[in-house]
Amino acid sequence: MKIVYNGEKDSRQFKNVIGETVEALLNEDEKVVWLDADLMGCSGTNKLYGKYDRVVNCGIAEANMAGIAAGLSASGMKPYAHTFGPFASRRCYDQVFLAAGYAKNPITMIGTDPGITAAFNGGTHMPFEDVALYRALPEATIFDITDVPMLQAALKMSKDMPGVKYIRVPRKDSYQVYEDGAEFTPGKAVVLREGGDGVIIASGIMVHEALQAAEKLAKDGIEMTVIDPITIKPLDCETIRACAEKTGLVVVAENHNYIGGLTSAVQDAIVGLPLKFGYVAVEDKFGEVGPVDYLRTRYDLTDDHIVKVVKGLK
Amino acid sequence: MTTKELEKFALEIRLATVECIKSRGFGHIGGSLSVCDALAVLYGDIMNVDPKNPQKPDRDKFVSSKGHAGPAVYATLALKGYFPKEQLLTLNQPGTNFPSHCDMNKTPGVDMTTGSLGQGTSEAVGLALGDKLQGRDCTTYLMVGDGEANEGQVWEAAMFTAAKKLTNLVWLIDWNKKQLDGFVSDILEPFDFEEKFKAFGFDACTIDGNDVAQLKEALSKKATDKPIAIILDTVKGKGVTEVEEAAGNHSMNVAPEVFDRWIDEIKGKLAALEA
Repeated sequence: MKIVYNGEKDSRQFKNVIGETVEALLNEDEKVVWLDADLMGCSGTNKLYGKYDRVVNCGIAEANMAGIAAGLSASGMKPYAHTFGPFASRRCYDQVFLAAGYAKNPITMIGTDPGITAAFNGGTHMPFEDVALYRALPEATIFDITDVPMLQAALKMSKDMPGVKYIRVPRKDSYQVYEDGAEFTPGKAVVLREGGDGVIIASGIMVHEALQAAEKLAKDGIEMTVIDPITIKPLDCETIRACAEKTGLVVVAENHNYIGGLTSAVQDAIVGLPLKFGYVAVEDKFGEVGPVDYLRTRYDLTDDHIVKVVKGLK
Repeated sequence: MTTKELEKFALEIRLATVECIKSRGFGHIGGSLSVCDALAVLYGDIMNVDPKNPQKPDRDKFVSSKGHAGPAVYATLALKGYFPKEQLLTLNQPGTNFPSHCDMNKTPGVDMTTGSLGQGTSEAVGLALGDKLQGRDCTTYLMVGDGEANEGQVWEAAMFTAAKKLTNLVWLIDWNKKQLDGFVSDILEPFDFEEKFKAFGFDACTIDGNDVAQLKEALSKKATDKPIAIILDTVKGKGVTEVEEAAGNHSMNVAPEVFDRWIDEIKGKLAALEA
């Protein structure tokens, strides 16, 4: 896996990538169906509406959409269903849990604007609990999207995977980390940088912050390993435990409540190991409205805060 | 099937349903007995299904969104030959393939997993939409409880069905007037189901849902540009006098000799029909 991170923003917007990738999948596989809940303009798929009979706008009815996805799956189709993160998780959790998960009808749920990236839609739209919900769903796979190549790969591989797949992805900016065309394996983490003084495990938008933090720490002579788990569930416990044991210090960084998300998942993986542990995550708070830069500081989801937590543990 | 044959099939389904519930000593008897006539007509006369090939993609499908009607569905499928009838007597035993609520991964012939009320409606929409997108000439039949219609999801799915002209999905509302805590009209008045479905864009009608001849006529009708909704005016516990008359008949727990009395009543009706 080639890492191409240079700290500069990718010119591609996530939502345009979703639209292009979904159109390619619709053309490649006649079983693919795209469902949306009156947010096609937000998922970059509005130009597909009317062009394909397998692109269906369900209206503002997420529970119904999730159930329809499960029924489509039972009839042999491969459904993707999109809405904002809070509605793709807590609003239709029982439907996803039962009709898709329990009934073993594979579907892919896409929740956009995770955590602070909900920005100007504010606290009502800001899921800090979506990963916790999907982690509690047996046989589910959770992708916290880091960059464009990972989004493209996650959309493609979800099509034929069993179980419920949950893809949490912002709609706008990203920093490219992986080479174009990169391939990933669910449950297989990627080590982005190696250092013997500790390990930062970061997902989604926090990967960029973690890599920035590692640069800053290196200037002070602290060399950190940085790991992107790719999937929070299944979690690559083997890689995480090995790096944790080698360095004796673990810090998790996630755009989510520390309860139930990546922080909890990593704690489950390393419990019993003699090491120092810290996290950079939302401290069991509700969201609020504002620009992403403000919210990043408001909830301490910054590279500087990662530096502070690491140094505090040294 | 003739009307008499359908009546006989419905009585056989009732008999097997009560025997099934008796095996565990308790179960959802009221809402199972109310739908036996509809099941008899669907599986006896209307639906294109093959018990030897339960997964045939272009089969007609049945979704009991009121998942607790499982015993009646299982009884119907057993009598159709999907599995040996003796298996009905494992209802809710550890490791059984016959749980309280319908499970597509456990019971041969069950087309959808249901139990969390309201959810089967959207699942049936998905099945019908999937069949339509794949060019299959088949119909999905959806059974919804009147109490279940308290759930908002039912109306989301109804809106979608009519708006997208899913004419390969037929809605059946089991208007048996009672839900767990009492009369539907006391708990959450549903007003006029037929008018509601008409307002939602359906071709809706109300029939005696315990009359096989009326069921056969209504279910034989082909949808035009509007999907069909049939309100089944039924009696909760239909066919067993003591269950019909019980105040709380959603789930009943009675002694084996009481079950035997109910079984004898159904057997008596079968004998009378055959005489």
